[in-house]
Amino acid sequence: MSEQKKSFEHIVRERWCKGCNICVAFCPKQVLALRNGKVYAAHPELCIGCRLCEIRCPDFAIEIHEKGVQKPESQDASDVDHTIPPEAKHA
Amino acid sequence: MSDSLKYFRENRLPHIWCPGCGHGTVTGALVRAIAKLKLDKNKIVVVSGIGCSSRAPGYLDFDTLHTTHGRALAFATGIKLSRPELKVIVMTGDGDCTAIGGNHFIHAARRNIDITTILMNNNIYGMTSGQYSPMTPKGMLGTTAPYGNTERSFDLAKLSIAAGATYVARATAYHAVLLEELIEKALLNPGFSVVEALSQCPTYYGRKNKLGTPVDMMTWFKDHAVNIKAAAVMSPEKLEGKFLIGEMHNSPEPEFTAEYSALAEGVRRKFDSFQGGLRECAQNSD
Amino acid sequence: MPSVKLMQGNEACTLGALTAGLDFFAGYPITPSTEIAELCAEELPKVGGKFIQMEDEIASMAAIIGASLTGRKAMTATSGPGFSLMQENIGYASLAEVPVVIINVQRVGPSTGMPTSPSQGEVMQARWGTHGDHPVVVLAPGNVKECFDLTVKAFNIAEDYRIPVVVLTDEVIGHMREKVVLPDFETVKVTRRKAPASPGGYKPYEADPDGGVPLMASFGQGYRYHVTGLFHDETGFPSNRGDVADVLIRRLMKKVENAEPLIRDYATESIEDCEILVVAFGSSAMSSLSAVRQARAKGIKVGLFRPKTIWPFPEEPLRELSSQVKRVIVPEMNLGQLVLEIERVIGCRAPVERLSKVNGELFKPEEILFVIMGGEK
Repeated sequence: MSEQKKSFEHIVRERWCKGCNICVAFCPKQVLALRNGKVYAAHPELCIGCRLCEIRCPDFAIEIHEKGVQKPESQDASDVDHTIPPEAKHA
Repeated sequence: MSDSLKYFRENRLPHIWCPGCGHGTVTGALVRAIAKLKLDKNKIVVVSGIGCSSRAPGYLDFDTLHTTHGRALAFATGIKLSRPELKVIVMTGDGDCTAIGGNHFIHAARRNIDITTILMNNNIYGMTSGQYSPMTPKGMLGTTAPYGNTERSFDLAKLSIAAGATYVARATAYHAVLLEELIEKALLNPGFSVVEALSQCPTYYGRKNKLGTPVDMMTWFKDHAVNIKAAAVMSPEKLEGKFLIGEMHNSPEPEFTAEYSALAEGVRRKFDSFQGGLRECAQNSD
Repeated sequence: MPSVKLMQGNEACTLGALTAGLDFFAGYPITPSTEIAELCAEELPKVGGKFIQMEDEIASMAAIIGASLTGRKAMTATSGPGFSLMQENIGYASLAEVPVVIINVQRVGPSTGMPTSPSQGEVMQARWGTHGDHPVVVLAPGNVKECFDLTVKAFNIAEDYRIPVVVLTDEVIGHMREKVVLPDFETVKVTRRKAPASPGGYKPYEADPDGGVPLMASFGQGYRYHVTGLFHDETGFPSNRGDVADVLIRRLMKKVENAEPLIRDYATESIEDCEILVVAFGSSAMSSLSAVRQARAKGIKVGLFRPKTIWPFPEEPLRELSSQVKRVIVPEMNLGQLVLEIERVIGCRAPVERLSKVNGELFKPEEILFVIMGGEK
């Protein structure tokens, strides 16, 4: 039974996209295209989730999410809200 | 980008860099490296000088310092020495760092102070619209080299290693995955680290030299970059006209602020009799 | 319990700084201020402070601004050539409102000049050395004890008003040794920049437009704020808006205007009934004091006005005094710098006679006495 093919969602922050065409040109599967100066997923079904578009985008305007996968909320030191004194957590 | 988006000051975006400029990609690589290492945003200080590169800290959600042209590393040295526990990153450009900032660059490297320097090399002074810089290849055009640049340019990797940097690497805006890995290792190196990121400037360097679109310029990176590991087994002819990317140097050595602190702590214990305000000068203490 | 010491001027500056809580020094060797760097290298580790010799004076100025932004009390020391190199970053400290102290031990300039000879040629550079309108405070010790006092004062002004403060001495004051009665260090008043309570909603440059001083957070404490040399609004981010620029620069300058009456500092000698007034600062004032006393002994009604705050200049007391005198004599080891300010303040109340000495030597008291007695210059 062939492995069930993953599908991906293309989140585009249109206000940040400057239509530079980098993501479109270097997408290995020609998934993306420009429409009046903004990127969109012309063939989302071809996407293999390599994220090269997201990684190379100079404007952080495109993001790839694998459908059906809930990303765990990452907890690191930066999430600590320093305005809450540590003792408050003890109460 | 998703979990690294929180390292940006989103309300400051979109940023000012031109469409297709590589500086955004380089900044993205840095942020992803920081996210991967789960560094504490409250303990990071990003310092920059003047130029297109140096607008980067304004978009990052850390303590950020936009200083004077060429002086980022000197400001950063003051920060790192006075608070060694902070992770200090300098974001600079080819002009900012190797022209007016050259003296501070070689001394920061000589000291091997724990600062991670991200040099966005677009081979031009972009902010002032296209003058040639110490890293503009010979023969290329700039508004101040209308007949072709007659000067030789720096090889930043060799310059950094000779000056004493203990981690030196190079990548490009095209090789953004490699760039992120190299930045990550640079951040982990307890010493002076330099990551040069070739970053296309379509607006000035590209147009003036007719290098085509941002995509064309990045394709040039792709076709002319050779990883240093691969280059080791390639013939000189094959390497003709190519430039090296990857990890150029990685040999940790004692770090400046750690050495100073250890020494100073010894001195301090010897003079523990000192109360805060009651300090007598050596010359005159009886 | 006060202690009595034989102390060099440069050393007194260093001790004053240490007493004020100095914990970061960055500098570069230059005659005649190097002793300050040497002493800081020796003393700071004893108190958990940091010393670094940078690659040049530009870097030294940059490093102390960086340190100050992380909550340190930071200082550098230099002389003419180095002071010239520091100007751009002094301007940065003025605009970004970063408290720092610069000891400038003047020597004969311009250029390499006469490194081991005193001069007062940087009065105007201390005020206008960097480009653009910018706030700065300049204090001028007149003896070794005041090197101690005014360096402490310099730190307090820097911290209270978030401003770069220059302590302007010269080769003689820096190198001469005098008996100094030092106070009990615990009794010395030392102030600290006002910090915000918590990161929530912190605006790094939010302040009363009428010369208000913003609260100052330190890097590395979760405020995650932005500092730039570009004109900026109250959030600290760059702004090109004209109204923002206008408000910002006027606020910065108003800080000094507001401070003037509070930090004003000057000394006088026998001015009650004086008809001739000698106005001098620093080393020139030492010679002037002797001349004034000799003239008084000859029954001449002469007095001395010695500003210790050079910028902002103590206009009011001098203006008042000048209305009671017939002549004003201004001895200066330059070809006329502070005298321009003195003439502006005095106006037509009394004629001002410039007395310049630029051969790298102190005024001899008799040279000043000669002029007081009405002899030709």
